[in-house]
Amino acid sequence: METALARTKTQMWSGGKSPFNVSYGKLMMWYFLMSDSFTFGAFLISYGSIRFSLNHWVDHNYVFNKFPLTEANLPLAFVSLMTFILIFSSVTMVLAVHEGHKMNQKGVEKWLIPTIIGGLAFLSCQAWEWTHLITHQHKVLVDGTIQYWGTTVSHNPWGPEVMYKGEMVATPGPVAFGGYFFGITGFHGFHVFTGVIINIVMLIKTKLGHFQQRGHYEMIEKAGLYWHFVDLVWVFVFLCFYLI
Amino acid sequence: MSAVTTSHAIDNDEHSKAQVKRIWKAFWILLILTIIELGLGLTIYNIDLNPNPSEGLVLGLKGLICILTLAKAFYIISIFMHLGDEVRNLVMSLGIPALSFIWFIFAFIYDGNSFKNLRNTDAGSRPYIENVQHHPVPATKPGEKD
Repeated sequence: METALARTKTQMWSGGKSPFNVSYGKLMMWYFLMSDSFTFGAFLISYGSIRFSLNHWVDHNYVFNKFPLTEANLPLAFVSLMTFILIFSSVTMVLAVHEGHKMNQKGVEKWLIPTIIGGLAFLSCQAWEWTHLITHQHKVLVDGTIQYWGTTVSHNPWGPEVMYKGEMVATPGPVAFGGYFFGITGFHGFHVFTGVIINIVMLIKTKLGHFQQRGHYEMIEKAGLYWHFVDLVWVFVFLCFYLI
Repeated sequence: MSAVTTSHAIDNDEHSKAQVKRIWKAFWILLILTIIELGLGLTIYNIDLNPNPSEGLVLGLKGLICILTLAKAFYIISIFMHLGDEVRNLVMSLGIPALSFIWFIFAFIYDGNSFKNLRNTDAGSRPYIENVQHHPVPATKPGEKD
């Protein structure tokens, strides 16, 4: 008996069972998420590298200081709302996964719906923020004349200030800001979008009873891993663009 | 492969309740950490309003925010993604490659900094001059174009 036990221990890698104690699909989801984290990591590190190489960068507290329906100066307010929405939709997702472990079809449906709504709310917030940045114009001194610019991938009205006709006026800032901001938040937003689509498919399949027939809710777990990863990436995007 | 092995299948009601409690606890921790981060972010904003903000203090607060973010990442991965409940083999096969990020961050930030030095000294041909510039101040009156 003892030798048999010892043999099963050393045979972890000799086939017949997963040495990681997870199914193939879940393992591959983890590896996909890891490769995706390297993609996001590359984007964010490149952003950090460019930011360190420049004497002037934009001040996020002045770029992101607006909230819908008000003109007040509210730095960090809107983005914290977005963060809370995403954290909340992450917790409803993990509760859906939990109901799946209990084979409770109604419970999975109950928690998947707020997760999808949270994802859509986040996307709507991002749409508002992008629209605001692109269309809200700011005074810039360009080659000796005053112009009004929105924040886009080719225009950055948040550069260093100079004295012009008795008042301080901003000059064009580094163009890289728009590219990095729209590129990285856009890539993240695309992940949120695909996550919402995946969750809708999961909801439909749950309602049709596919997982009940299959005998396990592992697909919900995999969708959950993806959704939490999207939240995880947002934590770092939030850090890099809005906090530091 | 033989039967699908889910390492955290729920077998009884008590276990289930404990699990739900753990999930909500992680949620509150994440919420509180985020609120602390926001508080620190607003502190940085207020420090920067001074004509001569203390750069060391701002840098320290930013470092603290980074540490809090890492704590948030830990809670998301270990509790929400259940990686804390997986076997060591899986944790290591994901964790060890992720360690290369430490090198990436240091190397590329060092590279950026070196580029800044080259820029500010014309590749070493003149003394270092950095134009210290202040951020543009937004419009305070509603409806005004700023």
